[in-house]
Amino acid sequence: MTIRSLSYAEAIREAHAQLLATDPRVFLMGQGVWSPWYAGTTLQDLEKEFGRHRVIDSPVSENATTGAAIGAAIAGMRPIVFHPRMDFMLLAVDPIVNQAANWSYMFAGRVGVPIVVRSVINRGGEQGAQHSQSLQAFFMHVPGLKVVMPSTPYDAKGLLIAAVNDGNPVMYIDDRWLYAETAEVPEEMYSVPIGQGIVRREGRDVTIVATSYMMKQASKAAEALAERGVDSEVIDLRSIKPWDQDLVFASVRKTGRLVVADGAWRTCGMAAEVAATVAGGAFRYLKAPIARVTLPDAPAPSSRMLEQVYYPDAQAIIAAVEKLLVG
Amino acid sequence: MKLHSPVPAGGAAGEVPATLMRSMYVMMLRIRLFEERVADLVEAGEIKTPCHLYIGQEAIAVGVCAALGTDDYVWGGHRSHGHYLAKGGDLRAMMAELYGKITGCARGRGGSMHLVAPEVGILGTVPLVAATIPLTVGSGLASKLRGDGRVSVSFFGDGATDEGHFHESAHLAALYRLPVFFVCENNFYSSHMHLLEHRAEDNIYKAGEVHGIPGIRLDGNDVEAIYRASVEAVTRARNGNGPTLLECRTYRWRGHVGPAWDLDVGVKRKDELEGWLPKDPVARARTRLMEMGVPPQDLERLEQGIREEVEEAVVLAQQSPYPDESELLAHIYWARGGGQ
Repeated sequence: MTIRSLSYAEAIREAHAQLLATDPRVFLMGQGVWSPWYAGTTLQDLEKEFGRHRVIDSPVSENATTGAAIGAAIAGMRPIVFHPRMDFMLLAVDPIVNQAANWSYMFAGRVGVPIVVRSVINRGGEQGAQHSQSLQAFFMHVPGLKVVMPSTPYDAKGLLIAAVNDGNPVMYIDDRWLYAETAEVPEEMYSVPIGQGIVRREGRDVTIVATSYMMKQASKAAEALAERGVDSEVIDLRSIKPWDQDLVFASVRKTGRLVVADGAWRTCGMAAEVAATVAGGAFRYLKAPIARVTLPDAPAPSSRMLEQVYYPDAQAIIAAVEKLLVG
Repeated sequence: MKLHSPVPAGGAAGEVPATLMRSMYVMMLRIRLFEERVADLVEAGEIKTPCHLYIGQEAIAVGVCAALGTDDYVWGGHRSHGHYLAKGGDLRAMMAELYGKITGCARGRGGSMHLVAPEVGILGTVPLVAATIPLTVGSGLASKLRGDGRVSVSFFGDGATDEGHFHESAHLAALYRLPVFFVCENNFYSSHMHLLEHRAEDNIYKAGEVHGIPGIRLDGNDVEAIYRASVEAVTRARNGNGPTLLECRTYRWRGHVGPAWDLDVGVKRKDELEGWLPKDPVARARTRLMEMGVPPQDLERLEQGIREEVEEAVVLAQQSPYPDESELLAHIYWARGGGQ
């Protein structure tokens, strides 16, 4: 096994390259796949390696592009469709929600939709309301979809490979703010099981559940809290649909306190779902109310001064934990 | 039952041979008699699933599918009983599906608007208007990438041409020169709205022109003309020359949904219907066959055989069990995990 240090973006690229190299059914389609402006280094030069017929930079036609990828999946291919900004993916909600998500159920499993819909959370830098959104909860709501949100280079690679091999429509959501994160990644192909979370840090006083970029903030928060004598257990869900309920329940039974951090809106969000599930299933273990750290229910602002208060960070998680401990 | 005649004798311009004419007539009549029986069963309250009947439009599904092979893909919408049969789908499995029974093509969870027969290239028909048009582009893209020589056909109505799905899909199929055949069944009504109430111009066949997609307008009740045009479009697609748009002008005899004749979601249109009834595509094919020398008693026998087939399907559907409660949460995720 060869392990090197790769960035999150490089790990995504490596997963694509290995999938394209090993499975002739895999192809990639979406806006900006030939351009680092859109995809960072996550798709760099793939079209040179595998040809523009399999690495397709599509017109600005989210609906038809996504629908076509879904049709190709139904016809036996393993497409990855790419949306460089999640906001724009909303133009393709019919093929994702009405078609891909329902297909297996409507037809009693006679036909499946083995597609990966990859979208990027790309925010900050004064981009404002339509270039900033984190819409994972929309897709988490829909039966038939799976939703994954890697926080590390290792998971970024392993979850993409798992998603392509899953056989179901998987929403793969990565975060531009994580692209430069670097860690050890094995060179060979491997899968991170969809639906399985991981304990990133063991602790006994409070459970912090997070994903993606908020996972990074949760780790920072846990370190700072440790200096103040608070021992946090940090769980990275990695998949938010299905999500690892057993892992969270086991942790809450131990700590009795739960903070859920999600970089998206509060109402009906991932944090709300985790909180409701834990309140319903582990109420007697709770020593304090469950806290959510989320965006406010407001569109993203542009001005840097407003951005600073809009996006939650480690400090917001620390504040939430301390409030629970004061109780 | 198979209709296919992948290698057209006589080619696109030639005469349709009597054997093919006969099998096209039989398929049109199967669709007609199946649906007339379904209409009765809906009226009797025995079938509850919303049925959008194809009666009056049979020549289109049959003429197009006669130009296809079993491996070619066909996609449909809410009004797809005819597409399903014409492509070779099992009649009994569709009847059972309309009854919501476990023996249905989708194990009773699809109903009339969600039909499937992957064994003959029907990967799913669904009622979201225009929804399968991008999917057709996708199966066409799959064929192009694999080089498998298949053609993908999209059947949709005039209403679907108002959707962005249609325009984006035409654009993409043309850009990549995909083996796709767009077939618009213009029955002059988008649900309750007349064509000229929902479109500025009566020119659907021109909708692909800006993308370089050739458009053809045809009498949608003339199965021979549709077959000949389809052979041409399918050949063009298979040869890598990209999509064609065919506008077939026809008329649906019954309401937008359900068996009613003269009342169509609140629209009285009796005068119009009376003008179309004499243009019956099934009767026209029958006349053509008689001109070709097929004796009337042969045609009577064919009809009798189809009636028996439909009755057997009704009995089988009635006798089949409903899905068990345990089916409710099955297949939310696809379990097969392999290729298809």
